[in-house]
Amino acid sequence: MIQLVTPDYIKTLQDNMHKLAEGVLRPISRKYDEAEHEYPKELDMFRGIKVMARPKKKKEGESSTSGEEKKPKRGANLGMVVTIEEMCWGDAALLLSFPNAGLGNAAILAVANDEQLERFGNKWAAMAITEPGAGSDSGAITTTATRDGDYWILNGEKIFVTCADRSEVVVVWATVDKKAGKAGIKSFVVEKGTPGFTLEHLEHKLGIRASDTGTFVLSDCRIPYNNILGDPEVKMSTEGFKGVMKTFDNTRPLVASMATGIARAAVEFTREQYEKKGYAFDYKKNLSNVSAVEREWYLMDANVEAMRLLTWRAAWMADNNQFNNLEASMAKAKAGRYATLITQRCSELLGPVGYSTQYLAEKWMRDSKIMDIFEGTGQIQHLIIARNVLEMSSKELK
Amino acid sequence: MVEEISFALSEEQQMMQDTVRQLVQANVIDAIHQWDENRLLDKQAVQKFWELGIIQSMIPEEYGGYGMGSSPVLHTLVLEELAFGDMAFAVYAMLPALFVLPVVNLGSTEQKEKYLPEFCKESFVPATLAVNELSVGFDVWNCETKAEKKGNTYVLNGKKCFVPLADEAKHMIVIAHYEGNPHLFIVDKDTKGLSVGEREKNCGWWALPTFEVTFENCTIPEINKLGDETAFNWLIQRTRTAMAAIGTGISRASYEYSKKYAKERQQFGEPIASRQSIAFMIAEMAYEVDAMRLLTWKAASAIELGMDANRESFLAKIYAGEMTMKLTDYGVQILGGHGYIRDHPVERYYRNGRSIAICEAMAII
Ligand SMILES: Cc1cc2nc3c(=O)[nH]c(=O)nc-3n(C[C@H](O)[C@H](O)[C@H](O)COP(=O)(O)OP(=O)(O)OC[C@H]3O[C@@H](n4cnc5c(N)ncnc54)[C@H](O)[C@@H]3O)c2cc1C
Ligand SMILES: Cc1cc2nc3c(=O)[nH]c(=O)nc-3n(C[C@H](O)[C@H](O)[C@H](O)COP(=O)(O)OP(=O)(O)OC[C@H]3O[C@@H](n4cnc5c(N)ncnc54)[C@H](O)[C@@H]3O)c2cc1C
Repeated sequence: MIQLVTPDYIKTLQDNMHKLAEGVLRPISRKYDEAEHEYPKELDMFRGIKVMARPKKKKEGESSTSGEEKKPKRGANLGMVVTIEEMCWGDAALLLSFPNAGLGNAAILAVANDEQLERFGNKWAAMAITEPGAGSDSGAITTTATRDGDYWILNGEKIFVTCADRSEVVVVWATVDKKAGKAGIKSFVVEKGTPGFTLEHLEHKLGIRASDTGTFVLSDCRIPYNNILGDPEVKMSTEGFKGVMKTFDNTRPLVASMATGIARAAVEFTREQYEKKGYAFDYKKNLSNVSAVEREWYLMDANVEAMRLLTWRAAWMADNNQFNNLEASMAKAKAGRYATLITQRCSELLGPVGYSTQYLAEKWMRDSKIMDIFEGTGQIQHLIIARNVLEMSSKELK
Repeated sequence: MVEEISFALSEEQQMMQDTVRQLVQANVIDAIHQWDENRLLDKQAVQKFWELGIIQSMIPEEYGGYGMGSSPVLHTLVLEELAFGDMAFAVYAMLPALFVLPVVNLGSTEQKEKYLPEFCKESFVPATLAVNELSVGFDVWNCETKAEKKGNTYVLNGKKCFVPLADEAKHMIVIAHYEGNPHLFIVDKDTKGLSVGEREKNCGWWALPTFEVTFENCTIPEINKLGDETAFNWLIQRTRTAMAAIGTGISRASYEYSKKYAKERQQFGEPIASRQSIAFMIAEMAYEVDAMRLLTWKAASAIELGMDANRESFLAKIYAGEMTMKLTDYGVQILGGHGYIRDHPVERYYRNGRSIAICEAMAII
């Protein structure tokens, strides 16, 4: 039965996480924006918090059970998006710096075998897919992994790796057989300190400056054979590649909730500032007889709600073992784009207060922009959605 | 205590959605263009909807109804399906609810006894609600129609527009300002001082007869006031959510039609859907329809739980208002010149869709 009012247990979670975000993240938000790349030691207290939880194994194609009456399940995914929204209301770059909560951790939790989980489960893991010549087109990566007895030898360059400096291990995507195309792409766990694995440099960025984004060079980097995640066989189908991509069905809603958290921060701050100027916001009004500023504010508030509901739906579906590839992209497409639009507008409505670094609004405008870029750009999300609803292949709709 | 969140339809909700969807498919989709052009819909189709018993279910058994209560969430599902066919049809078919639901929920025993049994008939009973006014920046919370207490009567003065079926309806609820608040008054059509004007000509809803209604010292007994000063707040949350549900239905229709067209229409040797500029509009339509629906469901859920849904219903309505314009625009744009011609339904969606943001209380959940 449709029931979308926030349940009490989620409210409690929101309240608790909000207190942490307000008490711990907000006060150091500006500090680490300025101290780019410096590890925020205050975050050590979050080591225990499970931002990334091990997703339940779900069978593909398992579809909605709308016919039969089933009690909805409480699951890890909804809890994660709720937590992340609150944390990013505090500071998105700091959330991305939470120990042991890297994208690589999500991948390891999703596909590692028990032995690998034992070795890497408690390590901070980054994820390295992107290369200078392969961004959106992640199937075109050229980093190679060549088998040499009990080892793999990795060669290539990985850029824009989040947590490059702070992570202990990196999940590296490489091809074991270039001729096999996407089917040849596998992921490998590379430990820091492995000879031939170098952190080249860290990037200076528009926003999320507290997050350490960096470039790795792999040059005859030798890792144990057992560090390959998933099936080492090259099957002459793209099933394996699709399997890795499926990790993103779970992570796209996480990015969508980051976007929602930042947008909400900007919208709330704008309201507070205008209330100080004597504006009264009241949901009984009509859009046709309020000021242009108020009108815009109400519509932004509605958009934040839309971002959140699309995100919660995708997470809820994952919790209830429903295939959510389409819904995950919908959440990311909407939230990624609107976070930028909303934070830009808030900054404008705030005038000089939205531009001065005495306040955080200008920072939110810079931070939010990444939400429409990483984990698949807005355009890529729209492509996924369009192909899905139009039932067109990647050849029919390029 | 709110225990769980759920994005899935229950069996009952699914059945209702299927039933109304089939009814619309069988009776509205192919006929609506002619109804729209003729400015008249086929009352047989409305009668078929009436026979589902949705309105009669809202009425308690002691007044002759089925006494099933009413579920706001279920009603949003119904309205979306009806509006997927046509907004005029949706407003027409659900119109009696705009009178019945307020009386069931806010009425005195006397009012219930007087009005409810009439609606437990086998054929459609028109009744209506007068809220909108033809003025710039119209604000429902400060409408220009006024009520004044005189002895044991109220005297109404003012003018309403867009009153559906005002010619046929025997009773209407009129929203008038009284002592600083909008209030609900039940007015029988034959009351002196009430006059129904010519049928209006509007930008959209061509299949829906609407009228201007004038109140000139229209005097009604004091017992005709419905509920207290909180009544309008009760009403507006339900009608705003209903408008959002209608917007969702229109937008979904625009989305479905243009999606299908884009796959079939060939230009430059391939389907226009294979161009990203078209495909991305379709992707956006897909998630915005869902977003509209989720906001609507959230407002309806809050109302269903008996919570104050001022914020939720307002957000649902303004979101649907904006997005319905965007999505009906996309529909016409994707069809190009053909979308501008009345043979295709997207131009009708465009005209009807404009009203979601402008009008209040054309339907209720
Ligand atoms: C701060 C930050 C952190 C990151 N963290 C990580 C990380 O931890 N691990 C990792 O592997 N990567 C990471 N990335 C990389 C990120 O995922 C890529 O930047 C992203 O996938 C886009 O790739 P690109 O930058 O090469 O852009 P390109 O792929 O070159 O795209 C450029 C533009 O073209 C558009 N475009 C591309 N293809 C199409 C198409 N077919 N149709 C329409 N438009 C298209 C894109 O949408 C974009 O607007 C990070 C990036 C940044 C900036
Ligand atoms: C009121 C009216 C008056 C008109 N008057 C005249 C007139 O006097 N003389 C005359 O000759 N014509 C006239 N036209 C026709 C008008 O010029 C065409 O309708 C217009 O060129 C679009 O063509 P179409 O309708 O076939 O749409 P289509 O070409 O089928 O286009 C449908 C959609 O696909 C998009 N599209 C098409 N190709 C691509 C592409 N390669 N990439 C991306 N998107 C694409 C279009 O932008 C549009 O959104 C008139 C049309 C109308 C409605």
